[in-house]
Amino acid sequence: MSLAHRKDSLWIVQFVHRISGLLLVLFLPVHFYVLGLALNDAAELDQFLKWTDSPAVKFAEAGLVGLLGVHLFGGLRILALEFLPWSPRQKTYAATALALSFVASVAFLLRAF
Amino acid sequence: MSQSKELLQVSVRRGTEDESGLSTYEVPQQESQTILDVVTWIQRHREPSLSYRFACRVGMCGSCAMMVNGEPRWTCRTHVQKVLRDGRLRIEPLRNLPVIRDLVCDMTEFFDKWTRAKGVFEPTETRDDEFAAIKPSDPKRMQANAAIECINCAVCYAACDTVNLNRAYLGPAALNRAWTLANDDRDGAYYDRLAAVSESDGCMNCHSHQSCMTYCPNELNPTASIAGLKRLASLAYLKGKL
Amino acid sequence: MVDLRLYLAQRISALVMVPLVFGHLILMIYAVQNGFSADEILARTKGSLGWGLYYGLFVFAVTIHGAIGLRAILFEWFGLNKTLLNSISWAVGLVMLALGIRAVIAVVL
Repeated sequence: MSLAHRKDSLWIVQFVHRISGLLLVLFLPVHFYVLGLALNDAAELDQFLKWTDSPAVKFAEAGLVGLLGVHLFGGLRILALEFLPWSPRQKTYAATALALSFVASVAFLLRAF
Repeated sequence: MSQSKELLQVSVRRGTEDESGLSTYEVPQQESQTILDVVTWIQRHREPSLSYRFACRVGMCGSCAMMVNGEPRWTCRTHVQKVLRDGRLRIEPLRNLPVIRDLVCDMTEFFDKWTRAKGVFEPTETRDDEFAAIKPSDPKRMQANAAIECINCAVCYAACDTVNLNRAYLGPAALNRAWTLANDDRDGAYYDRLAAVSESDGCMNCHSHQSCMTYCPNELNPTASIAGLKRLASLAYLKGKL
Repeated sequence: MVDLRLYLAQRISALVMVPLVFGHLILMIYAVQNGFSADEILARTKGSLGWGLYYGLFVFAVTIHGAIGLRAILFEWFGLNKTLLNSISWAVGLVMLALGIRAVIAVVL
């Protein structure tokens, strides 16, 4: 069966929302664990953070910033859709959400290097 | 009307829910031909046992919807010219519904969900009362009016990925109907209906893919209706009424 | 498989997190210059009631939001039954909450 409706930007933005949410849920325990390293010894956390200075890790971090951004702006879109009167500009909002998360990600990269 | 000699390559899904396959037929192309014309031609000239449903042929009855090249459509109002790809057509029964035979779906669960969503008007007055005076400019009446032209064709239901992921989900058509009644001042089952539509397979499951709106042949917007129900049910819950 | 209460918990936790995530994004973009360091992070957060409340609320909201989101995915993609769905989301939520609280204590106290 052809999946024509899944090529629609409104379908795609919802799929991106789900995937970004899933990846963030998987990332969070790691994030919390790393910060928890400082419980015993700040040096342990610092040692880990040194590792994040490498360019590859910085790009991965920019990816995480992008995930958080796309979930935030995509989520604002959903809240507006559900709680505000209907707007016919849904596709514009979807594109804006994707664009803003890209901006956040690039801003992070520019500061990181 | 000129008769073209071009032949359409038409694949039709035949068989039952458990066993089906595509059969291909060559159908003469004609001017202003609809998908329903094509299906009827196949039945009259090639495959007398082909099962399909239609009644009015003019987009009023809602019985001839099928998947055409993977998209749900009224076959009577879809011109071949509009959907033809490289001279080919693929015609299948509606998605998300059990197939009885060939192009005919069992609509039982679709209509059962209208009942589950309390899609029935509950009168608060009798025939002896005066007519209810509701202005056409009343905001609630205008919201109901925007959603009221549904003819139960199940195109939205076939387009909906939330139904595809959860077959118990009430679906866009039944919820859209509930939204029109939730905006009807004469109706007496407001909170009962909100409770019915917000149960665990109800409106809260909608992902707002908006495929229902994209494909609705009557250009209704069930996604907006469902968002409206989410708002009304949330408000009712926060007020302690649900 | 999302009823009214789960839906509201999901949306209210989302609303709570909107300003928190904006703050987090801005802080990350600000703090990444010259690389992250433990001293820099801990100098900001140690002994700060404000950051403690900020991250405490954040951890609590994200746990609710993440657990309910995961529940929807487990149902729609893997068709788990209600008992399994509820046990897994509670388990994931509690582990995340514990790890999150531990992290907040580590950077604030």
